[in-house]
Amino acid sequence: MTEPRPTDPARPDPGAPAALSQLDGPPAGRRHSALPAHRSGEAREVDDRWLRAERSGGVYDVAVVGAGPAGLSAAVTAAEQGLRVALVDAGAQPGGQFWRHPDEGAAWPDEGRGQHGWRRFTRLRDRLGRLIGGGRVEAFAERQVWFVEERAAVWHLHLTTTHAAVETPAPRLVRATSLVLCPGGYDRQLPVPGWDLPGVMTAGGVQALLKAHRSVAGRRAVVAGTGPFLLPVAEGLAAAGAEVLAVCEANSVTGWGRSPLGAVSVPGKGLEALEYAGALLRHRVPFRQRTALTRVHGEGSVTGATLSRLDRTGRVRPDVPPQRVEVDLVAFGWGFTPSLELVSAVGATTRVDVDESLVAWVDPNQRTDVPRVYAAGEVTGVGGAVLAAGEGELAGLTLALDHGVPVAGSRIEALQRGVRRHRRFAAAMHRAHPVPQRWAEWLTDETMLCRCEEVTVGAVAEVRDVLGAGDARTAKMLARPGMGRCQGRVCGFATAKLTACGRSLETTDLAPLAKRPFTAPVSLGELATTGEGED
Amino acid sequence: MNDPIAMTLDGRTLTARPGQSVGAALTDAGVRSWRTTRGGQPRGLFCGIGVCFDCLITVDGRPGQRACLVPARAGLVLETAPASPSPDPGHQRRDDRDD
Ligand SMILES: Cc1cc2nc3c(=O)[nH]c(=O)nc-3n(C[C@H](O)[C@H](O)[C@H](O)COP(=O)(O)OP(=O)(O)OC[C@H]3O[C@@H](n4cnc5c(N)ncnc54)[C@H](O)[C@@H]3O)c2cc1C
Ligand code: FES
Repeated sequence: MTEPRPTDPARPDPGAPAALSQLDGPPAGRRHSALPAHRSGEAREVDDRWLRAERSGGVYDVAVVGAGPAGLSAAVTAAEQGLRVALVDAGAQPGGQFWRHPDEGAAWPDEGRGQHGWRRFTRLRDRLGRLIGGGRVEAFAERQVWFVEERAAVWHLHLTTTHAAVETPAPRLVRATSLVLCPGGYDRQLPVPGWDLPGVMTAGGVQALLKAHRSVAGRRAVVAGTGPFLLPVAEGLAAAGAEVLAVCEANSVTGWGRSPLGAVSVPGKGLEALEYAGALLRHRVPFRQRTALTRVHGEGSVTGATLSRLDRTGRVRPDVPPQRVEVDLVAFGWGFTPSLELVSAVGATTRVDVDESLVAWVDPNQRTDVPRVYAAGEVTGVGGAVLAAGEGELAGLTLALDHGVPVAGSRIEALQRGVRRHRRFAAAMHRAHPVPQRWAEWLTDETMLCRCEEVTVGAVAEVRDVLGAGDARTAKMLARPGMGRCQGRVCGFATAKLTACGRSLETTDLAPLAKRPFTAPVSLGELATTGEGED
Repeated sequence: MNDPIAMTLDGRTLTARPGQSVGAALTDAGVRSWRTTRGGQPRGLFCGIGVCFDCLITVDGRPGQRACLVPARAGLVLETAPASPSPDPGHQRRDDRDD
């Protein structure tokens, strides 16, 4: 079904793979520079090809959702074991969040600038390119899975284009025997007064602008929240010329001492942290422990921030005066929230991880408890790109095994050992970087909680205290947080924490929030063409 | 081949480098918000990866597109949504006032 990749004049090496977007269509013009006439012809051709495939009842062995470290590894590994693989990603290029990089079609110099493990990525990308050339993998870029269902023991993935400018709307459906869910996650956020002002961004969003677009989101910044991810973001900003006034870490890094076993289980990680520390030192970025950005100031956009010293419980210390700084950018990161909607849609069992994230339960081989559904990467527990890639590879080998391809047990065991080691490290990291127990005390009643529906903290506190809404779902029904366009992705965790009133989050708090009828925005037309068989 | 791309934002010229998103081009041009909520609050980029829907913009007449995901392309016509009146005049935010 896939034509061998034509030689691209901009990239003389025919072995080098193209952008995902170039791979799903024949003579891949560059997305942004191709002439419109050429593009529409291309679209028709893809349409026809897709229709032919659909009529012939093409069912892939495996559909992989997500082309980040986990999905890319899973797809490449499974295909190299001989399976026919469909790889779907919302982005235009493979890489996911970790290996987000500039448009491959626009010939940017040094595309790997600011990346970690870039060689690992380019090797995976090369392998993917060869597999696509050989017809083992078909990649569908700029397409979001908005609905998944099982019909007659075949998984049906319904796709929509990521934005209206995608000119090749087909295919709308991918069918496969097995499914690997690697949708990653997004930045976890906690509201503070003023956090909805323009100029406040997620740490990951700031990083994405730097990595993919070489855009610097502001000139004077504070990076705040908790966790090791704050460091590369601060480093990236400083290297790009922004002045980073501080990295505010709500916890104390001596917290690592709490799980020494986990911390030493992956020595490479310690080195990485040292590298960042060195870079911050070079850029003279102060690293403030037990400090939180508790208030954002500005009219119309960010002009300042209040930095407060915290005690052990996360309460603002009354004995240390808060510091007011002038900034035009605030980057917040409180860890990550895995994307659980597809896991939830297939009915797989979930659990609450050490960091209070809802994650997919998987066996030591990355199988969920739903037959022929596997999961890998952040969606099984936040733990970084190396773990995600390892899990993806393990899922790929397990898939092969389950499809009757012999795989050496030693290879699987080696991967399992690596995954276990990185999981221990991740657990230690999460224990050292919890959401401060008393963070809610930084808020006022007027603080915006749900940015979409504009529901305040006070409104949710009221339904909690007056109407007894003791969990996020009840609060959502009564006060509407999480009912807007983002479907609670941004405010869901904070709403759950606020309604739980200090108790630890349980599956029953989080699982109802992860259920989304559609996992991406779709048009009425797309809904209408889904076909019969659903209720 | 890396000539800047020219688009328009509410009739004014906005340039981008090839391969950038509309949201990145707006950021580089110093534009921080291009939408107003029902409550009258400005919104621009927040998550940067298509999750939050804060960054919605009208692209070539198609409303509700995520600026962080739409690739910049020559001739794109971008429009900010007109500010809709606040449904509730009491809905005034006090968080960001200076104190
Ligand atoms: C914005 C952001 C930036 C980050 N930057 C860094 C960084 O610089 N350094 C670092 O160490 N860690 C970073 N992280 C953490 C990072 O997510 C993980 O370390 C790693 O990328 C996880 O790999 P993954 O394969 O599990 O998921 P991801 O890399 O997130 O890949 C998941 C992929 O699935 C796609 N997807 C999700 N849902 C669907 C759907 N319904 N349909 C189609 N496609 C879908 C997404 O588009 C994405 O490409 C970042 C996280 C975020 C959210
Ligand atoms: S910035 Fe969040 S969707 Fe675009």
